[in-house]
Amino acid sequence: MNRGLAIRTVVAIGIGAAVYVILGRFAAIPTPVPNTSIHTTFAFLALMSVIFGPLAGGLIGLIGHALLDAISYGSIWWSWVVISGFVGLFIGYGAKKFNIDIESGVFGKKEIISFNLIQIVVQLVGWGLLAPTLDILIYVEPNLKVFVQGITAAASNIVTVGVIGTLLLVAYAKTRSQSDSLTKE
Amino acid sequence: MSRPIIRFKDFTFKYRSQKEPTLKNINLTIHEGEKVLIVGPSGSGKSTLAHCINGLVPFAYEGDITGSLTINNEETKELDIFSISKYVGTVLQDPDGQFIGLSVGEDIAFSLENDCVEQQEMKEQVVDISKLIDMENKLHASLHELSGGQKQRVSLGGVMVDDVDILLFDEPLANLDPATGKHAIELIHDIQQQMNKTVIIIEHRLEDVLHCPVDRVIVINDGEIVSDTTPDELLSSTVLESSNIREPLYVKALKYAGCQITPELRPSHIDTLKIDQCKEKVLAWYESSEQQKPIKKTAPILSMENVSFGYRDGESTIKNVSFSIDQGEIVSIVGKNGAGKSTLAKLICGFEKVDTGKIYYHDQEITNDTIHDRAEKIGIVMQNPNHMISKHMIFDEVSLGLVTRGVPEAEIKQRVEDTLKICGLYPFRNWPISALSFGQKKRVTIASILVLEPEVIILDEPTAGQDFKHYTEIMEFLLELNKRGITILMVTHDMHLMLEYTPRAIVIADGQIIADRSAVEVLTDHELVEQANLKETSLFTLALRAGIDEPIEFVNRFIAYDREVRKIWP
Amino acid sequence: MAVEMLSYIEKNSPVHRLSGATKLIVFLLWSSAAMLTYDTRVLLFLFVISITIFWLSKVALRDVAFVLIFILIFLLLNNIAIYLFSPQEGVSIYGTSHVLFEIAGRYNVTLEQLFYQFNITLKYFVVIPAALLFIVTTHPSEFAASLNRIGVSYKIAYAVSLALRYIPDIQRDFRTISQAQQARGIDLSRNEKFFTRIKNAISIILPLILSSLDRIEVISNAMELRGFGKKKKRTWYSAKPFRRSDYITIFVSVIIFILSVIITFYDGSRFYNPFL
Repeated sequence: MNRGLAIRTVVAIGIGAAVYVILGRFAAIPTPVPNTSIHTTFAFLALMSVIFGPLAGGLIGLIGHALLDAISYGSIWWSWVVISGFVGLFIGYGAKKFNIDIESGVFGKKEIISFNLIQIVVQLVGWGLLAPTLDILIYVEPNLKVFVQGITAAASNIVTVGVIGTLLLVAYAKTRSQSDSLTKE
Repeated sequence: MSRPIIRFKDFTFKYRSQKEPTLKNINLTIHEGEKVLIVGPSGSGKSTLAHCINGLVPFAYEGDITGSLTINNEETKELDIFSISKYVGTVLQDPDGQFIGLSVGEDIAFSLENDCVEQQEMKEQVVDISKLIDMENKLHASLHELSGGQKQRVSLGGVMVDDVDILLFDEPLANLDPATGKHAIELIHDIQQQMNKTVIIIEHRLEDVLHCPVDRVIVINDGEIVSDTTPDELLSSTVLESSNIREPLYVKALKYAGCQITPELRPSHIDTLKIDQCKEKVLAWYESSEQQKPIKKTAPILSMENVSFGYRDGESTIKNVSFSIDQGEIVSIVGKNGAGKSTLAKLICGFEKVDTGKIYYHDQEITNDTIHDRAEKIGIVMQNPNHMISKHMIFDEVSLGLVTRGVPEAEIKQRVEDTLKICGLYPFRNWPISALSFGQKKRVTIASILVLEPEVIILDEPTAGQDFKHYTEIMEFLLELNKRGITILMVTHDMHLMLEYTPRAIVIADGQIIADRSAVEVLTDHELVEQANLKETSLFTLALRAGIDEPIEFVNRFIAYDREVRKIWP
Repeated sequence: MAVEMLSYIEKNSPVHRLSGATKLIVFLLWSSAAMLTYDTRVLLFLFVISITIFWLSKVALRDVAFVLIFILIFLLLNNIAIYLFSPQEGVSIYGTSHVLFEIAGRYNVTLEQLFYQFNITLKYFVVIPAALLFIVTTHPSEFAASLNRIGVSYKIAYAVSLALRYIPDIQRDFRTISQAQQARGIDLSRNEKFFTRIKNAISIILPLILSSLDRIEVISNAMELRGFGKKKKRTWYSAKPFRRSDYITIFVSVIIFILSVIITFYDGSRFYNPFL
């Protein structure tokens, strides 16, 4: 019974986008560096991409970021919205390629390393290269400025996903593992 | 009898992820136009049975089926979930999950939209249905503007719009206050009568469903049908007791009084009950049971003085509320959904700041203390344990509050272990939380609050979603804590809970305290019951019908007696 | 945590009466035009129309003031950043240098730089009223239907509708969870050590995620039981049918879009150069 997108995926996209908005709005952690925050919402995006796959991840990033921009700023910064989608899409795609099967409950050293390799590459390309390029194409902003912005965002998000994202995935995997060898002590 | 519409034959189902089948060798026939109640404790398989009827099993939850299940003479395995949903409309337990549209009209139309019905026709059908469920003036309202009862009516509308033959209600009373629950049962009954639908209700609150007549009650336990008979027959048997399902209170009282319950007594409703044959026995039991002593007063531990609060400017959710709780009391806070009960609890814990008024803990004012400071004095346990649990292992979860407070490691270990022992979780201390049942998770959250050694604990709906056995377990456990000196406040709309476990009840309506009395007095006061959307207890009616001069004292004595009996449960 | 969020504002205006799909198309055309062009004349023209339509919509400025203030601060910071990183960008674009005054080293103020930054800011000012209007005059119910109408798959359109439906619920969950965790001493904002703060964040985020995953389960079941995804298409209860004003609006917007592209690229450059 294949009718395209499964209902569970559709719902995951919708709820995922809603959570993306709430985390983006309320769960940014101030860092020691002035005016920079850890955007926990990207760690959530990475988690959803790994659980629900590239398409869901991409759409959660795209829809979530667009809605977040719209309801908090009344405008949409398309260049960055597109990159959120890109990051969600390719982290999901990479996780698939590297056979990370989070539902089986296995997320050990090997998976942690591959997940982080994927997210570093994807985010470096996304925030560090594509986002500034789009800014230049759309707004003709000065090259240096947008690349400094992009690299800063890439670094901060890579750390966020690397630390929080990995911890979330480990925690999620634990809830999936079957534990039938438990005894009362 | 009319033709069979649902037929299980030697039906067995095992979820893919489980070793044992959840439903074993079910044989059950439901006829067109029948109204059937399915009861059973948690984990008995009653929800799985419902999922088989609406097609979620096996189409959303995979597993192995043997035997046959036909709906309208069609084998369900060979259909798909969409065809089944043309016969069976399901009203799910969680209205927030089922209400997916942004407005009432949209939500009712959902299934028509999926059927590609033209907009004009759709709008007409939605108006027709909305009249049936009495929501025609609210078509543009969003979910957040509706009460619990209205949400449920919309859910019902959303499945009726498909003109299904069978209506399936999965725990329809779970999220409603008592009066709204009563109306829901009446509405279901009216619709079944008027439109000749087949109605299946899954619930464990037998007495509340029997408020309106049902044709048959099916009792399911451990995946098997243990009884399939009329309510009168069922209440005359011992099946309910052995399946851990709460009998109607008046029936229980009759049994305590030594009356032989038979179908001829028509015990399925307090109004149809032929009481004359039992009157003497009930009176005799009343005379012989002990009078209840009033509780001694102690010093106040928590008090509010003229507290007002609103979430937004110009809005007032709590209006000039004052009360005082004594050390060692157990008090319930009751009232309609949205009356301000939970807000009151949040104000006490400092989650919200009062606009005016003062809060005292012992003699000390705590109005301006932070959440963090208050947590060591007053702990709060949320309704949904999943909102509190953030660690993988039980030990880590319970110790979290101590770790963030910088308590030395050795002391943490000692305190956590002590708390786990009190909560009966010590044998599980090295288990992952995900392996626990809902009730056990609830205990973990209570333990994680208890470990901070507060003197007052507030619980939001402590027994929501629990069957009779787990309800008794949790409440006896709380009583045990209370005996150790902890003052307990409970926000609830469970009438049994307030009657049985909280000597005192504070009743809230529209942000004000309208009564602060003994729970028994509240539940026997007709006017209060109406005002706060509560429900009179059937014990009171029984006492009146049996001609007892002091019905309130009768209720008191029953509660005390019943608790003693239940204490010696296995 | 009474943070304001932008949402639908009920008014009876010609803009409100348009179908959501029309507004979406106009918004997309408008954004594209503003993104493509750097031609000051085109930008000014679009800006004037934007303001006029905003006025027509009867939306009061103070209803959206909190957002506007935020955007103005953003634009100010952005302008400062551009100047700091690239004070000669204007000169290199327009090819001339009219120095107004010197500051230090390569930091001087030229007419060209001012004009360039004026254009960047103007681009935002063209898009902002259109975006704001689209958000505050389109009822969320109509949103999914509009997306579907312009060609987005109905399943994805419905996912957007679900997001709008559940944002308040998730926000309430988030609030409940963070309050419960605060009582246990967990806080995001206070002067905790950085690593502790991260650990604390996880204690709040994880329960939110796990309960949201449960929600996905319940909602999927509800939608499946009510026939979602049964057919290749679906109709929409809340869709507004197209009327004449919709067709006219779209037609005019397309013309404006085409004209602005032609004018912009007529001389082979996206910039209008008044310095030549």
